[in-house]
Amino acid sequence: MTLPDAQGRFGRFGGRFVPETLMAPLQELERAYRAARRDPEWARRLAGLLADYAGRPTPLYFARRLTEHCGGARIYLKREDLCHTGAHKINNVLGQALLAARMKKGRVIAETGAGQHGVATATAAALLGLECEVYMGAEDVERQALNVYRMRLLGARVTAVEAGSRTLKDAINEALRDWVTHVRTTYYLLGSALGPHPYPLMVRDFHAVIGRETRRQARTTLGRLPDVLVACVGGGSNAIGLFHPFIGDRRVRLIGVEPGGEGIATGRHGASMTAGRIGVLHGCMSYLLQNDDGQIATAHSISAGLDYPGVGPEHAYYRDAGRFEFVSITDEEAVEGFQALTRQEGIMPALESAHAVAHAMRLAKTLPRSKAIVVGLSGRGDKDVHVVAKALGQEVR
Amino acid sequence: MKDPGTKSRLAATFADLRARGERALVAYLTAGDPSLGATERLVREAAARGADIVELGVPFSDPIADGPVIQRAAMRALERGISVARVLETVATLRAETAVPFVLLTYYNPVLAFGLKAFARTAADAGVDGVIVADLPPEEAGPFAAEAEAAGLDLVHLVAPTSTPARVRLIARRSRGFIYVVSLTGVTGERRELPRDLEAQITALRRVTTKPVCVGFGIGHPDQVAAVGRLADGVIVGSAIVRLIEERAGSPSLVKDVGDFIAALKEPLREAGLGDLPQTPPARRRPR
Repeated sequence: MTLPDAQGRFGRFGGRFVPETLMAPLQELERAYRAARRDPEWARRLAGLLADYAGRPTPLYFARRLTEHCGGARIYLKREDLCHTGAHKINNVLGQALLAARMKKGRVIAETGAGQHGVATATAAALLGLECEVYMGAEDVERQALNVYRMRLLGARVTAVEAGSRTLKDAINEALRDWVTHVRTTYYLLGSALGPHPYPLMVRDFHAVIGRETRRQARTTLGRLPDVLVACVGGGSNAIGLFHPFIGDRRVRLIGVEPGGEGIATGRHGASMTAGRIGVLHGCMSYLLQNDDGQIATAHSISAGLDYPGVGPEHAYYRDAGRFEFVSITDEEAVEGFQALTRQEGIMPALESAHAVAHAMRLAKTLPRSKAIVVGLSGRGDKDVHVVAKALGQEVR
Repeated sequence: MKDPGTKSRLAATFADLRARGERALVAYLTAGDPSLGATERLVREAAARGADIVELGVPFSDPIADGPVIQRAAMRALERGISVARVLETVATLRAETAVPFVLLTYYNPVLAFGLKAFARTAADAGVDGVIVADLPPEEAGPFAAEAEAAGLDLVHLVAPTSTPARVRLIARRSRGFIYVVSLTGVTGERRELPRDLEAQITALRRVTTKPVCVGFGIGHPDQVAAVGRLADGVIVGSAIVRLIEERAGSPSLVKDVGDFIAALKEPLREAGLGDLPQTPPARRRPR
């Protein structure tokens, strides 16, 4: 069985819940994507950029000191933080930007939370000579000022979105409104494994290189597949990329780590798998944080990239199927994970990835040394230094 | 629930207007802005001053098809704690005193959260005639369309300038009550000019349907209403009314000002000289 089906469904999840204006363009996008995948010249160009521009393959690194620090299972890091622009986001962006160019769209738009997807999109737009506009929640513009300036240096226009919760959810709303308005000339370069079909499919496919490399590298390094994969989940793009090539390997546990914010009990979190209900937002059916009246709740997380009240539809499907497990890590635990990896390995993770690190550390302590855990280290932490400082009660001048 | 044998209130309205040579003014209000009490007064005034159909927006936290004016109205309504249940109670109250058809404009998630069957039944019982779900294209509408039909509620579909001929046929076939023509690629909100290809868009639609056609998005001035009235069975005005409500919310003349505006919008739709609308698509040519 291949998922999604022809309607873009992963079981009951996914689909295409959008205004009519976008329906034909989404169908056109799906056709263009499938045609591009069949075109060997296009595939060669993407593979070339992933290797020579993005820096793939990224290493699978054995975190020896962190492993000893935890005193249990061995912890390996899939180093997406070493990709060009500092996060896994570039994998998907290069694929979609090449698709935009192939579709003769001269303008790309994107939403961004932490700014990593926005920076990656601005980067690819500079590389391919495309006009670029990035929508970013006003609160995220404030807490990720460095990434905002990076995007501007790259030639992108950054538009702060003041509506609603002023975070990623509202940035997606505004990007969708822009797309509805300029759909004939503009390519919407969506950065999470969500949205209307075919986005969850495309984003997954472009990130699945993470999991494919991990399989190959684990065979070489470990002589077998790892026992557990752990990745953070906001919309779920790096997690689905890491997990997807392992779905058929029933003995490999696949664990998504959601942002627990200030704790699930406080209501101030972003754990839609743990505390959400099924609903429709941004074009797809999935688990959502919402009130009884179907109004979307505001997510809370120390990490802007996980600050989203929903999750990709394929994650929802595999959760209900019992294949993916979901846990949550609080802001405080994420900061501890950040500090531990920084001090033990000299690797500063993005606060998003620090959620996965924190859970891997917790899990490693319960498992014997013979077990191997791979952490999807989705991004590097330079952008979060001031946020961490604030969380530790210090100030960076 | 309505007896499925009787003609729907929407169908009767369009038939009456055609018989009189008029076009429908569909007036949109965001329910609960500035309050549900005000919405009740505004609906009564709208119906008295020339609105043939009242479209009530159910506020949603993430209205991706709406421009800033209606976004702000929805946020104001949500801040006041407006819920789907309270909007439906308001319709029930109004239904006791007016025969004007009510159409709800909503997004899918509040409907899902209420429950598809519960929503369709409660809305029909309250006296709602039709429902438009902005993010529910025909491909995804199956489950709700079945509940709406069972409850005697017309599920109105939208057709857009980007809709392919195959999609236009699908939408024309599935839409009940009327067909909502989105005049432009974009979100709701007033525009200075009407799109140039609007006439061609409506002509293409008329070729495949005899159902009433109403045009919305970007229409806010009586001159624009007059121009669209020559092409369509109905003209939908939303943001211009909502903006006026926003401007006059604190004023004692709110209801009268909105009523005056609605009367001005309806005026060109009463005039003789709108011309006849095609009643049926051109007959298929047969070899002679």
